[in-house]
Amino acid sequence: MRQRVWTALMLLGSAVAAAAQPAPSPGEFVPASSLPPVETFPAAPMVIVAYGVVWAAVLAFVWYIWRRLQQVERDIDDLERRARGR
Amino acid sequence: MKKIYPGLVGVTLALFALAPVLVARAPFESTMGLIQKIFYYHVPSAMMLFISACVCGIASLVFLFTRRPGADRLAGAAGELTVLFGLIVLVTGPIWARGAWGVWWQWDARLTSSLLLWMIFVAYLLVRRYGGPGADKLSAALAVFGMANVPFVYVSVNYWRTLHPNTNVVMTLSPEMRGPFWFCVAMFGLLYVTLLVLRTRLAEQRARVEALYVAFDDENP
Repeated sequence: MRQRVWTALMLLGSAVAAAAQPAPSPGEFVPASSLPPVETFPAAPMVIVAYGVVWAAVLAFVWYIWRRLQQVERDIDDLERRARGR
Repeated sequence: MKKIYPGLVGVTLALFALAPVLVARAPFESTMGLIQKIFYYHVPSAMMLFISACVCGIASLVFLFTRRPGADRLAGAAGELTVLFGLIVLVTGPIWARGAWGVWWQWDARLTSSLLLWMIFVAYLLVRRYGGPGADKLSAALAVFGMANVPFVYVSVNYWRTLHPNTNVVMTLSPEMRGPFWFCVAMFGLLYVTLLVLRTRLAEQRARVEALYVAFDDENP
């Protein structure tokens, strides 16, 4: 009985030891260029686009204010014309 | 007051011209590299989004209790700027996320709550514009509701597991990154004040012209 337990423990220990072994060393060196392609994104264009969006949004808002200011000026001119015509 | 506008615009433009130089000189972040530079515009824009939502909400509260037209005009200007800065945050954020996380969007607590906050203020502007009679009070209530969301959006990254960096990132920046970052915060703050002053002034002028039209038509039916 004791011998069977020892045998089982030895087998279990061997299996654990085999599993804990490092992976076999490669038989050849693989150049990085041969690795499967990984999805990569160029960062610089994305940063430029992000900064460009900020500028575009701010300029669009300034243009919107300027257009509405022109409308107010036109209305003031219209009121002046009406006042002179009275 | 009129003499302040060119000065405000000039200083803001000068800061905007200088900011890219400071951001370019800031060191690269170790894991994200160049794409992390979006942080210098994205986070200050988010700060202005929160500030603007609060300005709009407080001005709306004042309007609801006092019926002052000036408070309504300020709230309307701040509402438009909330949508503007929200748009900047919601566009620059996904660009940064694509480079750093590999995805444009995640339906996590911070991103989803930010989108909802922005949509509340889009709804605020739509109600103001097309709501008909009583829209001023309804939109003011919507702005107060939007303002109440701001603290939840801010702390969402600390209470829910999310890909988004938490609120400690700003306080733990290295000195080389801290300088350009706070420069950009000041720049966006000045931009916000400039646009808010100009937009509020425009609304005041519009209201004066409309009052003159009404007076003129009453005198000359």
